[in-house]
Amino acid sequence: MSGITLPSTATSAVAPAVPAPVRKSRRRRHDWTGLVYVAPALVLVVGFFLVPLCMTAWMSLHNWPLMGNPRWIGTANYKALWSDYNFWNALLFTLRYTVAATAGLMLVGLALALLVEKPRRMAGFYRTAFFMPVVIGFASASLLWAWLSNVDSGLFSALAQAFGLTEGRVNLLATFEPAFWSVTIMVIWKMAGFYMVILMSGLQAIPPDYLEAARIDGAGFLQRFRHITLPLIRRPFALALILCVSGSMLAFDHFYIILAGGPQNRTITAVYWIFNQSFVSFRLGYGAALSMVLLAILVVLSVIQLRLLRDREDAR
Amino acid sequence: MTRAAEPSLPDRARPRRSGIPLHAALFHLTAAVVAALFLAPIVLVVLASLRPASEAGAPPLPPWPTTGLSTESYGRLEAFGDGLLHYAGNSLFVALGTTILTILVSVLAGYGFSRFRFPMKKLAFVLILSTIMIPFQSILTPLFLILAKLGLQNTLTGLILLYATLQLPFSVFMMRNAFDAVPKEIEEAARVDGVTGLRMLVFVMGPLILPGIVSVGLFAFLNAWNEFLAALVLLTDQSRYTLPVLMNAVRSGRYGAVDWGAVQAGVTVMMIPCLLLFLTLQRFYIRGLTAGAVK
Repeated sequence: MSGITLPSTATSAVAPAVPAPVRKSRRRRHDWTGLVYVAPALVLVVGFFLVPLCMTAWMSLHNWPLMGNPRWIGTANYKALWSDYNFWNALLFTLRYTVAATAGLMLVGLALALLVEKPRRMAGFYRTAFFMPVVIGFASASLLWAWLSNVDSGLFSALAQAFGLTEGRVNLLATFEPAFWSVTIMVIWKMAGFYMVILMSGLQAIPPDYLEAARIDGAGFLQRFRHITLPLIRRPFALALILCVSGSMLAFDHFYIILAGGPQNRTITAVYWIFNQSFVSFRLGYGAALSMVLLAILVVLSVIQLRLLRDREDAR
Repeated sequence: MTRAAEPSLPDRARPRRSGIPLHAALFHLTAAVVAALFLAPIVLVVLASLRPASEAGAPPLPPWPTTGLSTESYGRLEAFGDGLLHYAGNSLFVALGTTILTILVSVLAGYGFSRFRFPMKKLAFVLILSTIMIPFQSILTPLFLILAKLGLQNTLTGLILLYATLQLPFSVFMMRNAFDAVPKEIEEAARVDGVTGLRMLVFVMGPLILPGIVSVGLFAFLNAWNEFLAALVLLTDQSRYTLPVLMNAVRSGRYGAVDWGAVQAGVTVMMIPCLLLFLTLQRFYIRGLTAGAVK
């Protein structure tokens, strides 16, 4: 087992474009051949992505039950959504979770990356160990955590009792705060390795001379980190941030499996609420309207993040 | 210049060199403790799944079986519904189907995008890539209706079509780059020898783009094997369940009681293929991750 090593070509993964002269010579002969090769991918993307996307918009303007005929109701779904207390609550909770998970993941991911970034003995082994939870699925990790957090058969309560931290067994999943943090810590455990790899690709691209020069000039570790490392890993950091925020905004599996939305229905995420409306209450049109709103929020969030980072780049 | 100056600065270099053992020990200590924390839940659940039924409901202290190894938890899972092997078969069918379909479609598309010019090529490429920005969670309802129209609701085939589509932006991008990296001369030489069309793709290009194919296939397999939400929504018949959906049902319990031993066994069965695949094909996994990320 060699452990995780980043390919040296990581930064130049985008291969140069095909030279133009060769293309020109083939243009006349194979005008449509290329399209034939690409067709299966296009059929899948159009059939299972573009059409459903347009349908979502169309359905959101209807009262669309599972059985029976859909009825055009214009923007009534969006008006109902405006005063849907549960949806905005779910969205607020999702935002709160996104902030907590993103902060935790960026911090832990960066700490792990700094720890094992240099090619030391055993570094590959440690990287692999940190990365292992990433490859098991969210469902597996959630089921595993549901067991560990369980009051009767799990580890955490029993461990806390054994160490004398709590009197008797405390049910972690019965009240909001411990339940929320238990799930958030699970996500950090599961995904930190992923962000470690992304941030590591940035750290390893920093020329060692820069840090060495700063060291010789008498800059301490924190100064070097603040003024050299951080600015130079801005790009991978931005990428990690966008992936993390959009991933967290779509959280469903772990809150559904571990908490089933409880305690007191306070951990229902946005996707969970859409799932409930669409596939439990079968209000398909209304679920589509909720989806459109979530989609818009995600697009806006991505644009804001991209803009913020680009601006900072320009300012430099 | 700094290099030349180094020997003349022994006082600066020496303290650092003598500090290395302590520094290294500290590094290994920290890294080992953190690694243990990250691995502990995985090791714990595998060990706990091997406890006999009498212990299965107790907290894992100590985590290892104290009264001998036992596969009773797996046995109870085999007795659940159509049996563990049936559901593992469903999952394997979906994962392998997704892998094969993703590889086929993305290799063809990658070849087309890399080597040909055709009308609306740019638009087609952007269309395929841009789907990565649309979360599939937001189009689940119409997907449900479309699959129903095609007579594919509640089928594993429908799930395969959906999963393969979700893999396409990443996979087509990877394969396009893999083909772009193959020198034109190789194709020209093969063409002079009379190789054309699909034979060119399979026998000449195939071996050269194999690393890309492995990356694409690996991600397709792992994502399909682990996917939960779409499977939960689209599969309504219990005998069609994939492992994640089945295990969610097991974890919800029957008559209020949850068989944690069976949950541990199921989690182990779900995890092991992922861990083994990752450990053997790690290079391809990381390559795919960084290539996808740099984009």
